[in-house]
Amino acid sequence: MRHTINVLVENEFGVLARVAGLFSGRGFNIDSLSVAETQDPTVSLMTIVTRGDDQIIEQILKQLRKLVNVLKVTDLHEGQYLDRELVLVKVAATAETKPEILRLMDIFRGKIVDVSPKTYTVEVTGGEDKIRAVLELLRPLGIKEVVRTGKVAMPRGMQNGG
Amino acid sequence: MERTGAEIFVESLRKEGVHTLFGYPGGVVLNIYDVLYDSDIRHILVRHEQAAVHAADGYARVTGEVGVALVTSGPGATNTVTGLATAYMDSVPIVVFSGQVPTHLIGNDAFQEADIVGITRPCTKHNYLVKDVRDLARIIKEAFYLARSGRPGPVLVDLPKDVIVGRTEYVYPETAKLRGYNPTYEGHLGQIKKALKAIHESRRPVVYAGGGVILSNASRELTEFARRLRLPVTTTLMGLGGFPGSDPLFLGMLGMHGTYRANMAVSHADLLVAVGARFDDRVTGKIDEFAPNAKIVHVDIDPTSISKNVQVDIPIVGDAKNVLKKMLGLVHGPEWEDRDEALREWHGEIEAWRRAHRMDYGQGKDVIKPQYVVEQLHEATGGRCIVSTEVGQNQMWAAQYFRLEEPRCWLTSGGLGTMGYGFPAAIGAQAAFPDRVVIDIAGDGSIQMNIQELATAVQYELPVKVAILNNGFLGMVRQWQELFYDRRYSHTRMDVAPDFVKLAEAYGALGLRATRPEEVRPVIEQALAHSGPVLMDFHVDPEEGVYPMVPAGAPLTKMLLL
Repeated sequence: MRHTINVLVENEFGVLARVAGLFSGRGFNIDSLSVAETQDPTVSLMTIVTRGDDQIIEQILKQLRKLVNVLKVTDLHEGQYLDRELVLVKVAATAETKPEILRLMDIFRGKIVDVSPKTYTVEVTGGEDKIRAVLELLRPLGIKEVVRTGKVAMPRGMQNGG
Repeated sequence: MERTGAEIFVESLRKEGVHTLFGYPGGVVLNIYDVLYDSDIRHILVRHEQAAVHAADGYARVTGEVGVALVTSGPGATNTVTGLATAYMDSVPIVVFSGQVPTHLIGNDAFQEADIVGITRPCTKHNYLVKDVRDLARIIKEAFYLARSGRPGPVLVDLPKDVIVGRTEYVYPETAKLRGYNPTYEGHLGQIKKALKAIHESRRPVVYAGGGVILSNASRELTEFARRLRLPVTTTLMGLGGFPGSDPLFLGMLGMHGTYRANMAVSHADLLVAVGARFDDRVTGKIDEFAPNAKIVHVDIDPTSISKNVQVDIPIVGDAKNVLKKMLGLVHGPEWEDRDEALREWHGEIEAWRRAHRMDYGQGKDVIKPQYVVEQLHEATGGRCIVSTEVGQNQMWAAQYFRLEEPRCWLTSGGLGTMGYGFPAAIGAQAAFPDRVVIDIAGDGSIQMNIQELATAVQYELPVKVAILNNGFLGMVRQWQELFYDRRYSHTRMDVAPDFVKLAEAYGALGLRATRPEEVRPVIEQALAHSGPVLMDFHVDPEEGVYPMVPAGAPLTKMLLL
């Protein structure tokens, strides 16, 4: 099962290597990972998307908490958090596909951010399902290149999700 | 007052109560060595950096204090990796300081540069690269605190040359403040009560104690607890000495080379109380069939150890000593008076297993059995000594036949299984306790992995007694080849070996040899009477095996007994 885990860490060199090393050294998977500074410049937030059965997820959470530079680990539960990902897609732009690309961007509230004679580059932001859907719909039009940020996540409402 | 990094380093070690340092100098740490020249900290110059770390590890295991090693950059640092990994697997508190090229050269492939922080990240509890001399005192404080607190472990601190020579105001912090690190010492009372209820209801309980009992100095509490509740106790290799070997409640070690009764008891138990143990594969055998009928209570300070290999029914995160103390405080009252009666049948079954199979070997007239040497060492010392082992058959025979009564007398590389560990570890232990008898039980293979340390032992008058069980083979590997590879002894025969007696003499130590059973005891007596280091070369039965044995991946009940 897929889990989204938020990890607050000391904003120091080597911390990312410790977290990544923990996953690779113990054979855990990372589906995506994003890191950036928080409001407190001494602290960074990592959002890690991983998968495994309950026992593996429990080990991942415990092993993360065991790292000295890790301040807080939160396993975000389905439906109780917001998540967003940004994706840039370069699509083949021909006389036939151009209107379809524009229509899709209208529907998904995406933007055309670059135009060349043969391609359109679009930017779409959204949750996992939306990104998957937009990529599926763009694929038949001829995707040349995709860049994704990986997911960032935040608990909803007043919960202190760290 | 302003101090250099080198002065801060030495002064901070003194503040941490460090008396002995195991090390090996080199280019970038010269300034530290220059300060050590005038210091009252004893520095022991090893002959290989790996030995410095094993010696610090041995020192830590026998004293319970943090062992310290100092090495130079590059190869000096990379040579510590095996020692760090050994200490990490066995949770031994050590701090290793490595020199590093100046910060402005880091990453430039400078002479004797190695990314030791990167290399040792997965085999240390934590590690540091000090980038600014102003951070040095704080980092040393944190390193010692991390090494000794919680689940102990090795910490590496990498010291670039410019940090060592740099100057700053020196204030040693009173405490280490780490906001992401808060070990849990107190066990949860509700969980403790649940565990006691399970123990009370159990009719077939077994306590399975590991190295955590030694690390948290919980042997007394464990012994009292087991005796009061009449609980049979088995220990892991790392737990040996955590419970008195002569106590009738002691089942011996469990696992791959455990006793018949320990493995049978665990396999038939209805309750397993694991204390400071981690369900290692050498203990459990086939994991699905380990203690199949038992409810499991697990006391451990490290939450990651709990439910890692087996699903635990009653987890208790906490320090073993603390938790056992709390348990002891709760087992008064009439409901705890009936223990003998409640467990009578179970003890009867265990006694039957004990009679069904005892560990034994036949010592004939002509060939020395290795087990006989171990038993004679035990008898000659009255068991009152510190024993270290190498890894392989020598280690298992020592575990099986050298009965230990006390904690912190047993030095063995349990987790990593490091050949070459025992001798330098013994040197470290002897440095801590110059007046105690320290014996390294070795094999002819393992001893050659750090034999150069004979020079260290001679130079510092550390009278370690090494007993080589010399069978001319890498014995444990040979045993597996015998059992599982159709006796095809591929590259396990050491056709050429040094003359160990002459070798000892070449180093200025005493060398002794026994080739017949009647020579064993006199050689041991002579070694014990000698005031300096001794290498004893016992020519033992070349194809003797370690039994019982549970083949890797088999359930504990499927023991090869022989």
